[in-house]
Amino acid sequence: MKISVQTTDFDVGAEMAELRGAGTNIGAHIGAIASFVGLVRDMNDGSGVSTLTLEHYPGMTEKALAAIVTQAESRWELLGCTVIHRVGDLKPADQIVLVIVASSHRGHAFEACEFIMDYLKTQAPFWKKELTPQGHRWVDSRDSDAAAVSRWQVSAQEGKIN
Amino acid sequence: MLNILFFASLRESLGTSQESVALPTPANVGALISELRKRGDAWSSALAVDKRWRVAVNQDMSTLDTSLKEGDEVAIFPPVTGG
Repeated sequence: MKISVQTTDFDVGAEMAELRGAGTNIGAHIGAIASFVGLVRDMNDGSGVSTLTLEHYPGMTEKALAAIVTQAESRWELLGCTVIHRVGDLKPADQIVLVIVASSHRGHAFEACEFIMDYLKTQAPFWKKELTPQGHRWVDSRDSDAAAVSRWQVSAQEGKIN
Repeated sequence: MLNILFFASLRESLGTSQESVALPTPANVGALISELRKRGDAWSSALAVDKRWRVAVNQDMSTLDTSLKEGDEVAIFPPVTGG
């Protein structure tokens, strides 16, 4: 597992190549890699956004991300996982977050990738602040994000993977 | 003493990011929040019962019942919005 919280940008291709581990024993078992990249939009809740500032809780953030990946590893057969989240000032079209999951088969990779993003959005201590023409404003958490997580909890109780 | 951290909108509305506070009686998160609310309007409204805020003790999410001990790190923050 690779977890990184950083101000600098990331290279999706380079991260994917690193996770593939071509030429290694584990690399030869990987049959599928799923990835997600989150980007800064220039519009949110009807206002233009010129800067998005991400604050986090150093120490807890890395711990929370590692715990989320460990949970995913216990639910699906994963061969590798990379989570990178940026902090600091970002501009529209900048990359914010990267999740890459490697598995033997695509079903596990797709589901684990979505699970990690759903949990990251509700459990990892990051906060977004937007600069709009009306000034700075903190982004409110969304009920739809909480609903996305509860979906996985229901499927766990039923003892099956969606 | 406890090491208290505040983040995001709570840090701004309370005007502080970190401070040391005596262990409350009883030694749990609920008692700490009650003590902080007594500090004045900014505190009682930021930490109001109907406001949405979260508490982590030693970097694990906690509840009002979570017990505290000397030297614990307690973070208070709004619901998270990363990703």
